[in-house]
Amino acid sequence: MNELYITPEFEVVRNENRCIACRVCERQCANEVHSFDETRGVLRSDEIRCVNCQRCVSLCPTHALKIVKNNCTLRENANWQNATIKEIYKQANTGGVLLSSMGNPKPMPVYWDKILINASQVTNPPIDPLREPMETRVFLGKKPDVLRRGADGKLLTDLEPQLSLSMPVMFSAMSYGSISYNAHASLAAAAEALGILYNTGEGGLHEDFYRYGANTIVQVASGRFGVYEDYLNAGAAIEIKMGQGAKPGIGGHLPGAKIVGDVSRTRMIPEGTDAISPAPHHDIYSIEDLRQLVYSLKEATDYKKPVIVKVAAVHNIAAIASGQPSPAAWRAPARISLPSTAFAAAPVRRRPASAIMWASRLSWLWLRSTSGCGTRASATTCLWSSAAPSVRRRTL
Amino acid sequence: MKRIYVNEDWCLGCHLCEYNCAFANSGEADMAAALKGKPLFPRIHIEEGDKICYAVSCRHCEDPLCVKSCIAGALQVKDGVITVDQSRCVGCLTCVLVCPYGALAPNENGVMQKCELCLQNSCGEPACVKGCPNRAIVFEERSAVL
Ligand code: SF4
Ligand code: SF4
Ligand code: SF4
Ligand code: SF4
Repeated sequence: MNELYITPEFEVVRNENRCIACRVCERQCANEVHSFDETRGVLRSDEIRCVNCQRCVSLCPTHALKIVKNNCTLRENANWQNATIKEIYKQANTGGVLLSSMGNPKPMPVYWDKILINASQVTNPPIDPLREPMETRVFLGKKPDVLRRGADGKLLTDLEPQLSLSMPVMFSAMSYGSISYNAHASLAAAAEALGILYNTGEGGLHEDFYRYGANTIVQVASGRFGVYEDYLNAGAAIEIKMGQGAKPGIGGHLPGAKIVGDVSRTRMIPEGTDAISPAPHHDIYSIEDLRQLVYSLKEATDYKKPVIVKVAAVHNIAAIASGQPSPAAWRAPARISLPSTAFAAAPVRRRPASAIMWASRLSWLWLRSTSGCGTRASATTCLWSSAAPSVRRRTL
Repeated sequence: MKRIYVNEDWCLGCHLCEYNCAFANSGEADMAAALKGKPLFPRIHIEEGDKICYAVSCRHCEDPLCVKSCIAGALQVKDGVITVDQSRCVGCLTCVLVCPYGALAPNENGVMQKCELCLQNSCGEPACVKGCPNRAIVFEERSAVL
């Protein structure tokens, strides 16, 4: 059966008076939209493949290109809009399910975006952050419940391993293989320059990036890709990924075509095999299992690295993620000594590179986090603005 | 002396440097007017292999073999910049044979042309460097002598 023709989403408009046939657009389009007609000496475009990344537009030396929305329309009514009809056509044509970046393409209300946390007087004494330097350093890690003194009466200051961040911003996890070597290199270098942490994601740590260890969180996910002793010890902390902000509760699938060379070596799986991350951890089917995994990782790292559990923020999650299964077990004491819990910040929206909100002492940390943002900044801006670190640097 | 250096890790292989070079040396104010429908004679060339690409142009050698070899005295050193006096070039291609970088090539009339760092043309600074979208070519002072 022939596939139904669906008009392309975008149109490539080339100003022939300007085009000098330099073929830069052809060389640079990752989707092979442009091609050169040798006999006629002109460029052609196959618009159906254009994703409107604007790369050709920005590189065309004579500004001969523009990408516009295709306004070819279907017969609409209030129930059946263009986009809906086309989505049905596309799914029917391919048998696939359309996924959308940011998790949800529709303007659903996100209440967190509407919360304003006014961090007033979070320093002692209160200072004017516009005129006085304000410390934004944050420590994450288990804090003692009581003050302890030694035999000589002096305060004992030995703590569980702590993470130190120059500001309360972290890059969330994106694996090597899902994003490129260069992207990882940029994240690592930026994290080092800013004194914050980036996260390897579940694809292992490329050998070139071990030198950024102090600014790295290494992840252990359900696929266990690239996990071995040196990897666990390479970073500043270990994160167990149970759920992710992009698609909580759903596993991952990196197609075999992407598992080549360094990606295959770093993930420790053969070239060309699909990298499947199961939705559940087969190590974790109960709270006790999670506890056991945490301790396995602590054993492997000689109790020197904080272990973080990243999980989607559903109700009762605090008890689950911190290993407090029931009052009986609480007495037992089954509670894991976890330094921090990372909540996937955006349960229904994919937010690549958005900061994950960390909460070890939840309300306390919120205050600390916002303290860096000036008294009028909202917590939302503060926590989610890591996608543009340079902007943050100016604000802080 | 400031020279042009390339960082092949950053080169996209877009060939824009070649077009910016030809445009800067065309004397035209508009790129389409300068280059549309004409064969290209740039003074910088992209070398491309399977997994690598980088720009090659004159290194402005401390000890330029091209100047030594030119039978007509057309190649000269001016403040460290190797220039070609096109009125003297006889098109013998001896310089092409001796240049270890393949930096010289004839123009549309068979007369030699080479990178002169855009110091004399309308651009005033290397056009390839100015237009490189990924900063894969730089114009800077470095201590290592070529
Ligand atoms: S990049 Fe611009 S000038 Fe070059 S071929 Fe494409 S449209 Fe034409
Ligand atoms: S916008 Fe991107 S995908 Fe579309 S033609 Fe240009 S380079 Fe290709
Ligand atoms: S303009 Fe820059 S990136 Fe493009 S081919 Fe030339 S050197 Fe490479
Ligand atoms: S043309 Fe070749 S030999 Fe002459 S200065 Fe340039 S790089 Fe050196």
